Amino acid sequence: MPKLRQPVGFPYLGTVVPVATELLKVLGNEVVPPTRPTRRTINLGVSSSPEFACFPLKILMGTYLELVQRGAATIVATGGVGPCRAGLYAPLHEKMLRSMGYDVDFLVFEPPRYSYTAFYNTVGQLNACNYSVPRIWQELKYAWKKLLALDEAEKRLHWLRPRELKRGDADRAYHAAFNRITSACKSDLDQAILEARAGLDSVEIDPGRKPLRIGIVGEIYVVLEPASNLGIEKMLGDLGVEVVRSMFITGWTRDNAILDSAGITGGVDVKKAARRYLDQMIGGHGQESVGHAVLAKKHGLDGIVQLAPFTCIPEIVSRSVMTRLSEDLDVPIMTFFIDEQTGEAGVKTRLEAFVDMLSRKKKIGR
Amino acid sequence: MGLVVGIPRALFYYRYYPIWERFFRELGATVVCSPPTSRAIVDMGARECIAEACIPIKLYHGHVAALLDKVDVLFIPRLVSVRPKAVFCPKFLGLPDMVKNSFKHLPRVIDVRVDLRRGPFELLRVAEAVARCIGAGRSRALYALWSALRTLKSGYPSAQPPAEGDLRVAVVGYPYEVHDPYVNVGTLEKLRSLGVVPVTVEDLSQRTLNSAPNPLRKHLFWTWSEDTVHAAEYFFQTKSVDGVIHVTAFGCGPDAIVNKCLEIESKKTGAVPFMTLMIDEHTGDAGVRTRLEAFVDMIRRQRSVAGCRS
Repeated sequence: MPKLRQPVGFPYLGTVVPVATELLKVLGNEVVPPTRPTRRTINLGVSSSPEFACFPLKILMGTYLELVQRGAATIVATGGVGPCRAGLYAPLHEKMLRSMGYDVDFLVFEPPRYSYTAFYNTVGQLNACNYSVPRIWQELKYAWKKLLALDEAEKRLHWLRPRELKRGDADRAYHAAFNRITSACKSDLDQAILEARAGLDSVEIDPGRKPLRIGIVGEIYVVLEPASNLGIEKMLGDLGVEVVRSMFITGWTRDNAILDSAGITGGVDVKKAARRYLDQMIGGHGQESVGHAVLAKKHGLDGIVQLAPFTCIPEIVSRSVMTRLSEDLDVPIMTFFIDEQTGEAGVKTRLEAFVDMLSRKKKIGR
Repeated sequence: MGLVVGIPRALFYYRYYPIWERFFRELGATVVCSPPTSRAIVDMGARECIAEACIPIKLYHGHVAALLDKVDVLFIPRLVSVRPKAVFCPKFLGLPDMVKNSFKHLPRVIDVRVDLRRGPFELLRVAEAVARCIGAGRSRALYALWSALRTLKSGYPSAQPPAEGDLRVAVVGYPYEVHDPYVNVGTLEKLRSLGVVPVTVEDLSQRTLNSAPNPLRKHLFWTWSEDTVHAAEYFFQTKSVDGVIHVTAFGCGPDAIVNKCLEIESKKTGAVPFMTLMIDEHTGDAGVRTRLEAFVDMIRRQRSVAGCRS
């Protein structure tokens, strides 16, 4: 097998970046960590991507262009087996970058279930220090623990935002917790997690407040990455809404990469719930979006916000069953199709109207 | 007279209609097909379907609307896969759900899942399940399937009239875009009137398609996208046509990838001119005519220049 060309880069996705950077470095790679996508990144990506590719492809294209310009020789990315387009993005990105004259390799993680040897070899490529399997397992476990802690902190932030007494306290506490956890070393991690928790718990809240609860469903990248959805969770939090996100990176990885490799289907409840409206796996997160909307009442949600990239195939299908679902189950649903043209003011206005409508509905219902 | 089964003249109609028509007829049902696409059907489709969907899906909704009070049952199968390594576009996979949840009052819908990857006898099971929906038993289902499959020999319903001309231009794309003259504003007919013989994906055998190279490291996931890419690759490699036109719908998900691949590949080979023709609800006659004329003129001019030089 040819040796991996260094340094390596990878896509930008929220909390994963510091953890993945650390993990790749520990395994002996030179890393060019991706930076948070900016307007420039998006413009770069849009100008060299197909017009009707979904927004994540364009943002990733921009990110990769920036990485390559900063010297990355290999991009580590994830694959997929369809029918969502995202599974073909790595080979397409590679083809586009090469046709633009950049000499860059791609190392793609396909779901282990389809070929354990291929997965093993992919990991092996990144194992520049030639560590033993147990050692790698240890490192993965440690990275996983960090990711879990970061997800927990973020969940706590969503709970705190609408309840904080002083605007901005929750976000400040979260940033402190985030920095504490990501900068912790191995021996210090347990202590860091405890401190992060304590920091978040010390935010002063109004215990009597009963905020609206809105579920966020949709396509994984625009849900998880605030740079792609104009920070919609913060907008909602600032409107006094508790955000309940349907997916976190650790939960998703567990359901779709780890359990799946063991032959267990993850997220069964949600998929079962979706069946009445959408009785077919259509790739991406189409079925999950529908399932979460069906379960909204059961989970005590007042409404659902669906986030989808413009032209996203699975989310278009799920959006088209949402109207009926919303009428049948009395769950208000608002869908945002997001792309590079989406403006903050427009999103804010629609969100405010939605939240007003929900709080009114709640008052009348009581 | 048995049940009246309605089949919308959209999407898979352009491949499978003769088989389905024969199948239902053998089972004693009457088959009604929606009228050819018209402005009224486009408008009905746009009204019933969500705005973000692509024009072929909107058209499908329009054709369903045109059948509503004319039929007892609607045949909207959930076509998942007919090949070992490919599925249909996710919108096809969710099509029965989209239709059922968009219309308030629908006749009964036959939405049997067709996923031939499940086993060698899956097609028999599907035929039986469909027959059961209209009250026919197993033996009649098997006989109907056998006679239906024999219609395959007579070719696709979209077979073209013979044409004469000095140029051959390939029009690649999905059957429901290339062979619906309303939605592509008569692209094939216009080419013929310009003295061009249009060649489509259907003119190549499946074996030829399968032998064409893959532009990406990975197989495309979608059946008809794979065919489109392979057909274009075949034309680029063999140079058996004078130009390639890719017909694609506004907002088509799979085509975002297909079109980019074709663009890069055509530049790489460089010998065959390539053009993308995008269609949507607002595509106008004059716009398409102008672009086709320009494309054909360009090919002719290039030829005459090359002829003078040699």
